[in-house]
Amino acid sequence: MFDIATQLFDGQDIRFGPIDYEKDPEIESKWTHNAEFMRLYEFEPARPMSAAIVKKQYEKLEKKIEEDKNLYHFMLRARDDDRLIGKAVVSRIEWASGNCQLRLGIGSADDRRKGYGTQALKMLLRFAFAELNLFRVTANMAEYNEGAIALMKKFGFTEEVRRRQSLERDGRRWDLLVFGLLKDEWLNQAQA
Amino acid sequence: MKDLFRGELVRLTSEEPELRAKHEARWQRDTEFHRLADGDPAELNSEKKIKAWTEKNIESGFNPERYPFSIRTLVDDKLIGFLGLWLNLIHGEAWVGIGIGERDYWGKGYGTDAMKLGVQFAFMELGMQRVSLGLHEYNARALKSYEKAGFKLEGRTRQDMLREGKRTDTLWMGVLRDEWLQLQRGAKP
Repeated sequence: MFDIATQLFDGQDIRFGPIDYEKDPEIESKWTHNAEFMRLYEFEPARPMSAAIVKKQYEKLEKKIEEDKNLYHFMLRARDDDRLIGKAVVSRIEWASGNCQLRLGIGSADDRRKGYGTQALKMLLRFAFAELNLFRVTANMAEYNEGAIALMKKFGFTEEVRRRQSLERDGRRWDLLVFGLLKDEWLNQAQA
Repeated sequence: MKDLFRGELVRLTSEEPELRAKHEARWQRDTEFHRLADGDPAELNSEKKIKAWTEKNIESGFNPERYPFSIRTLVDDKLIGFLGLWLNLIHGEAWVGIGIGERDYWGKGYGTDAMKLGVQFAFMELGMQRVSLGLHEYNARALKSYEKAGFKLEGRTRQDMLREGKRTDTLWMGVLRDEWLQLQRGAKP
């Protein structure tokens, strides 16, 4: 696990890659036309975005990464055909205290429940703890996001905060959950 | 109708950029104050720079998601701190931050009174559904004050702050509109 030859960006069926400005905007544009995906991945209102808008977002994102120096963004790709599957992000890094936010999204329903999320989170945690040397990671999700909650529990995250009725969707209020995992907890699990 | 900006001990104001900058530059030099009120590393900025931030906000017009106030005492009209609301208009959630920079006014109810005004403003003027805040676990005075203003503890992010070589938690609190309305009708917190 801690062999320097271990590739940080290669998983079993997936890999982390940079943005492909030629191919990715069209695929991500399709995801944004699926409100279900948007409501799992975003707390912002769902809105369909053309490939042109998505491309502009990528440019803004890469500029922000360069300026703020507290964000790492990866595209998830299938190893067999290199197609775009989703996104994995370490954001809002607080370098002085070693804390950050994690985000993970699998764009198409066809690619969910295939273990890609598990592989991606495993890689993302290794990156956060073993490459960025962070002390803890934090993840926020809506209480209705059952897939994400199950994934957090599988990796030993603790539900630390329940922000009651923080979100409004479908005419009702939902709690927002905050999960945390400490480096020691991750190490113990990785060794077990 | 109620005077939204006037409490029992303090009032909420909008101060001239120069005056605000002068006070905030002085408060920044008090690192105990900073470490109680803020999670970022302490920094020192010139009055000129702080003034420019305020002026920039004036230039860019009202931001519908941002309500910054200063806090003045009623008894001697002294500028003692700040209170800011950041709104999520989509989900009806307000985040509030407060700081009493003048140490002589700590532990005497001024902050609590200002916070009550902030929460009241969020519910009665801005139509929010909940108000949220975070604080450091070592800030016991703040915890008591926020409970008095109606907030309930909703959890803690473990060991997410490192200061003086020690790991501490951040506590997260919230008050819901319905809870707050009941408190106004005399229910016990």
